[in-house]
Amino acid sequence: MTWLYPRHIMQLSWLIAASSLVFAFSSPAVATEPREFILSNGMKVLLVEVPKAPVATVQVWYKVGSRNEVMGRAGLSHMLEHMMFKGTAKYPKGTFSRLIRKNGGMDNAFTSQDFTAYFENLAADRVELALELEADRMQGLVLDMSELTTEREVVKEERRLRSEDDPQGALVETLFAQVYLSHPYHWPVIGWFSDLDAMTLDDLQRHYDTYYSPNNATLVVVGDIKADSLLPTIKQLFEPIPRGPEPKPIATMEPEQKGERRFLLKRDAQVPFVMLGYRVPNFTSEDSYALDILDTILSHGKSSRLYQSLVYEQKSSLAVGAEYSLLQTDPGLFYFYALVSPGQKPEVVEEALQREIKRLQTDPPTELELQRAKNQVEASHVFEQDSNFRRAMLLGQAESVGAGWQKIDQFVERILAVSTKDIQRVARQYLTEDNRTVGTLIPVPPKQPESPSTAAQQGRP
Amino acid sequence: MSTTRRRASAPRRPAILTLVMGFCALLLSSGLSIAAEIAPTKFVTANGITVLVLEQHFLPIVEIHTLIKTGSAQDPPDKAGLANLVASLLDEGTTTRTSKQQAEQIDFVGGALEAKASEDFTTASARVLKKDIDLGFILLADMLQRPAFHKQEFERIRTQLLGEMASDNDDPGHIAMRAFNQLVFHGHSYRWPVNGMEDTLNKITLTDVQAFYGREYSPSQVVLAIVGDVTLEQATALVQTHFGAWKKGTAPARSTKKPSPVERKTVQLIEKDLTQSTIVLGHGGLPRAHPDFYSVTVMNYILGAGGFSSRLMDSIRDKQGLAYGIMSHFDARLMPGSFWVNLQTKTETTNQAITGVLSEIKSIRDAPVSDQELAEAKSFLIGSFPLRFDSTAKLGHVLAQVEFYGLGFEYFSDYPKWIDRVTKEDVQRVAKQYLDPKRYALVVVGNVAKAKVKH
Repeated sequence: MTWLYPRHIMQLSWLIAASSLVFAFSSPAVATEPREFILSNGMKVLLVEVPKAPVATVQVWYKVGSRNEVMGRAGLSHMLEHMMFKGTAKYPKGTFSRLIRKNGGMDNAFTSQDFTAYFENLAADRVELALELEADRMQGLVLDMSELTTEREVVKEERRLRSEDDPQGALVETLFAQVYLSHPYHWPVIGWFSDLDAMTLDDLQRHYDTYYSPNNATLVVVGDIKADSLLPTIKQLFEPIPRGPEPKPIATMEPEQKGERRFLLKRDAQVPFVMLGYRVPNFTSEDSYALDILDTILSHGKSSRLYQSLVYEQKSSLAVGAEYSLLQTDPGLFYFYALVSPGQKPEVVEEALQREIKRLQTDPPTELELQRAKNQVEASHVFEQDSNFRRAMLLGQAESVGAGWQKIDQFVERILAVSTKDIQRVARQYLTEDNRTVGTLIPVPPKQPESPSTAAQQGRP
Repeated sequence: MSTTRRRASAPRRPAILTLVMGFCALLLSSGLSIAAEIAPTKFVTANGITVLVLEQHFLPIVEIHTLIKTGSAQDPPDKAGLANLVASLLDEGTTTRTSKQQAEQIDFVGGALEAKASEDFTTASARVLKKDIDLGFILLADMLQRPAFHKQEFERIRTQLLGEMASDNDDPGHIAMRAFNQLVFHGHSYRWPVNGMEDTLNKITLTDVQAFYGREYSPSQVVLAIVGDVTLEQATALVQTHFGAWKKGTAPARSTKKPSPVERKTVQLIEKDLTQSTIVLGHGGLPRAHPDFYSVTVMNYILGAGGFSSRLMDSIRDKQGLAYGIMSHFDARLMPGSFWVNLQTKTETTNQAITGVLSEIKSIRDAPVSDQELAEAKSFLIGSFPLRFDSTAKLGHVLAQVEFYGLGFEYFSDYPKWIDRVTKEDVQRVAKQYLDPKRYALVVVGNVAKAKVKH
């Protein structure tokens, strides 16, 4: 009710993070299979008919994210995402969102390490409007210097909000920079200040020309649509867009980590925050399913091991969790985090986290725990079908990271096949000391203000 | 998924994704037809529970949602945080289950069990698959009727809440809002945060918790909404089985004291070593049941709630590049709530942003909005109305609140009509009546020495 950070920002980030945890939805209930079409210019189209309410989501996914950037231009993909709202010759600045809103819809976009996606949620009978607007800006973007100058400041404000003034955000950013030495997962999606300042219109134009082409995009529409009648409209709108050059694959590999890395971040904060990151495989490895269920056993629900041990019994943490997404283009990070209770020591909390990891390596989880985790995965997969948006996101993400949307249908089945031995094996193989990066936020007293006179004046007229 | 549920601001996940400017990325729908279809069955049980049942058979899921008509507004002044502490203890052990057993049972079926206080009311809910509906009722009924309030859980949760309170001070938005509420709701029970303050939380005893529960939790204070893949007959029987024996109580007395208006400009600057100033500016608002609510909704959309189409967004973000997010809010409650604009901007542009906000507040009072602005605001509000109940969980919440605020279930069919009849004159009238660019509370959290706030 009284959030100051615009609540919607956090909601969506949460939703996206969560979606990578449990991303299956091939339920017996209402799920209709996605229908796949490839247009003559190479664009992939996925359509899902969900007739339960007269609404739909339209999403265009581009295979470009911060992993496609180069040193010195961190944040270029995200900056381009912002500039995509600045208009085309046909629909000048401001027209896009206004048209969507006028039609009772909402539009927005998001950028990750691996992809950039644009969406419109609206009434099913307005889908064509969204398609028309998206087709137009796939090639027609007008990049303007004065718009860039203003938008750069907006993005810098976004960086201040997410990283500079948020101790936990700052720790996360540093963790990735420490884990990835050569791979572009090294830098944050939002970019660094100096890189944002250095970005030019040419940089943006080149990025746009390279990656915003139909053969590098996936269109997903989920909702109360009829694939057969929508497809001709889609062809008519998107097929005139010429195929672009195939973007060069990113060849940079992160070499094997040989030995634990540790770092401290000292800044004004109320309580310490501890993170442990381990490099793990992505969807290309069968081990990813065991890692996913391991995550569930450790961190999903109040009966999970981490909550019971660190929050409930030891009372050393205010919050604790783990996070793993197998839907990443390149091998990602399995990380643990704990918000340390006031008066407790971060070293003790780190040790407690490691003890829980060790426990899984020594003894496999019980059959009951495994069953609970599997039930949780199956149930969330039903609950998730409540949202067309979520469903489209999973398809778009699976497609954009190179897994292919079919992977999603196999997810529950693969999860159900995981044994307690598998979990123990992946815990032993990946959650090792040499493969670990530990980051700790150490609160230090705030800097004194430059002039002491104005602090905390109350009731001044 | 985070395993803490009480924190309003759970630790963020890595900034893997960065939005342009998020708006609820929820399924949106349009068209009045589906709005009109929401017609729950309502009945009152012998012991006084108001039950609302809405069958939705698309998916095998059920939301069992209770609203208890008590919240932090009922906290004794020196014991702010009591209602929240009571709610937080509902799933920390009952006379038949330990805290851990409650968690294990709901987690085993992949469901969710939650309890949470707000200013005007408290909610407790269970979300389960259809096949687990009995368990959902059992666990929810148990925690509402037989909470144990064990001494050790009481102490543990209080310590946890105090820790979260400390950690919340890393969130400038939280600090600013807490200060703002104390200025705007001065002398009223809305002034404290729902989770209380360090000193008030420390004054609460286990006896206070038990007494509050005994006084405030009884069938006549409960609205029970059941939404999902369930039939009316089945729901009725389940309510009887699990809630039928709950002893009837008497409705507790309620204060009708309204918050007094902000009488003069009040500024509070809070020093914190940050690169941005977090700014909250506003004053009192109006109650939810007020007939002007719909005109205010349209006016507020044009001013600052309308996303990229709003005047504040256009001026402060798109034209001046001063902020990533800026929004205006009317939080309409049982008693008059509040109005505020919030944003974050770098320290150096603090004054410029505040001036910009005040100027937009002034201009929507001084001149009528354009025909286009009015038409676009209405078409969005009407077209996107069903967004508010596009999932079973949200439907449960909305149904219970429509009942609580006494809006009547014609709300679902008539909302478009109520929005559509708002005129330009209404918009200007409510702007003049409910916005005040002279008497307001302003809170700035950040490097205030460097910001040199002039307002």
